[in-house]
Amino acid sequence: MTFSKTNKDIKSLLFVNLVRVLFFILLGVLMLIISKIFIEGIGVINFQFLFDEPKNNMTSGGIGPAIFGTLAVTILMLLFSLPLGICTAVYLSEYAKDTLLNRIIRASINNLAGVPSIVYGLFGLGFFVLFIGKNIDSVLKSGLLFGQPVMLWAASTLAILVLPIIVVSTQEALNSVPKSHRDAAYGLGATKWQVIKSVVLPEAKSGILTGTILAVSRGIGETAPILFLGAAFYLPNLPIVYLCFGDFCLPMINPAEQFMHISYHIFILATQSSNPTVTLPLQYGSALVLIGLTLFSNIIAIYFRYKFRKTERKG
Amino acid sequence: MINYNRVDENSIDESRLLPGKKLNNSSRVKEKLIKAFFTISAFTTLTFFIFIFLFLLKEGMKAFWDIGITDFLYSVNGNLNALSRKVFEWYPTSENARYSLLPLLLGSLMTAIPATIISSFFGIGAGIYLAEIANSKTREFLKPVIELFAAIPTVVLGFIMLAVGATFFNDIFMPANRLNAFVSAFALSLVVIPVIASLTEDAIRSIPLDLRMASYGLGATKYQTVMKVILPAAFSGISASVLLGFGRAIGETMIVLMVSGNAANFSGDFFSSVRTLTATIAAEMGEVSRGSGHYYALFLIGIVLFVITFVLNLSAELIINKMRKKNRQL
Repeated sequence: MTFSKTNKDIKSLLFVNLVRVLFFILLGVLMLIISKIFIEGIGVINFQFLFDEPKNNMTSGGIGPAIFGTLAVTILMLLFSLPLGICTAVYLSEYAKDTLLNRIIRASINNLAGVPSIVYGLFGLGFFVLFIGKNIDSVLKSGLLFGQPVMLWAASTLAILVLPIIVVSTQEALNSVPKSHRDAAYGLGATKWQVIKSVVLPEAKSGILTGTILAVSRGIGETAPILFLGAAFYLPNLPIVYLCFGDFCLPMINPAEQFMHISYHIFILATQSSNPTVTLPLQYGSALVLIGLTLFSNIIAIYFRYKFRKTERKG
Repeated sequence: MINYNRVDENSIDESRLLPGKKLNNSSRVKEKLIKAFFTISAFTTLTFFIFIFLFLLKEGMKAFWDIGITDFLYSVNGNLNALSRKVFEWYPTSENARYSLLPLLLGSLMTAIPATIISSFFGIGAGIYLAEIANSKTREFLKPVIELFAAIPTVVLGFIMLAVGATFFNDIFMPANRLNAFVSAFALSLVVIPVIASLTEDAIRSIPLDLRMASYGLGATKYQTVMKVILPAAFSGISASVLLGFGRAIGETMIVLMVSGNAANFSGDFFSSVRTLTATIAAEMGEVSRGSGHYYALFLIGIVLFVITFVLNLSAELIINKMRKKNRQL
């Protein structure tokens, strides 16, 4: 045995500290970005900013309609993607046998999670707007209503975009339910559907919730697909339609309208407006709201996952 | 060790589980209907995904009929006195439209490759830190933090780069254009680093503990163990993470749309403006008239992007599957 141990230990020491420094540089840069947006943005945010509409040719006022549009699109997106995603995952985990076809479904879902979002946007425009929308219009004879970029198609496109996230995370949650729990239920005479309904789904609940929240965060943050799917720079009216039953009127999201969206708002203010420096505080404010929404939902998702893993370990 | 999972009595609704009788015909039909329902939803999902590909293919292939295959590589210069008759330009709206995809592809590579290199450096480093150096409490806290950064909307990163970063780099490097490939690559790496870091950490942690213990048992130091044992064993997982990161960088739209300058140069200069495949679709799809050659050309770009990312993802998945199998054998 040679006595070069101290020499080697210096190498280890150097290496460990180098990696550590690298990591904290990274963390520092990311923190710098967040804190810069936070410091510049927090001064802008107040009640007016969150609920007012833009004024003076977008140079003052708030982002109320943009927040409304963002939430409306996200809610619609969930309405489309959640049932389909969960049912697909239930089929894949509980019913599907390991056949070639099912393996193809699994592989394509995994791979589509990596397809660029702009390609989904392209598909949304070509398929939903110009193909399905135009055909709906010609069947309903509704003129140009659905055959143009509107919220319905933006939400549908985002729904397909987040579908892989929901399917994969739901599958993970379903697969983590121990086989013994299922067997116990079967032993009590339960049918397959009863097992799924009363044992598997309740136990996988927080895992499914995690995936849903991640999908929401992804849907809120995506800008590229909605660029040409109905996001508008400025709309005088909220995309609302009133459903009236006699005297009682219920405001509803109108999916056949264009919409404002926080991320699109930031993009336009930062790149296309005539004077980006005047609107800079508004941009920081909007960016802070957008980051707030996505990070908040992610933190909730992380919390649920943490809780889920804990109960899983307890088994 | 056998893990006996105890059933938590409270979690099972007994009234539903104890029918205590044989299945009659109606409940058998019900079971079948429910199964059919789930099968249909799975196949609806699959159909959507097949539609995406078929629809891109259908619209994109029309570009070949309308424009011609070689026109997507170069167009012929009308000026006979010019040195080279082949020009590589993307001017789809000019009077004699030129549709060369090469400057766009070059733009995508010039932003994505430096981004991947920067991200590999920091991402693998961060992965090693999380898996091997940080203690378990620090890791439990820092890994979600890193993953949290992956959740920042890219439009925000593009915006902050535009507002602060571009000026910062402008003062340091004095580039030809304020918005250029390098600035985009830097911003892109903020998106790619969390991807690589997280997957590298997974790859390293999936290595069996025995390997580490054997190495330390032979008297190896931490440095030797990481360099000679852990990194070689995790090599395939790490390379998969780099592939996925590269795919992410190629497909990213908002950042390059905002800070790459969007000029379709064919120069190869990292400090001049470039235009990427994704930004071209994003910038031009809104105004293009349906059924024109330009419209189909944008779908062709979509196909190119789809194929590139699909191949990258597929190979990463194959590598990861192989790695899992190998680790199971160990």
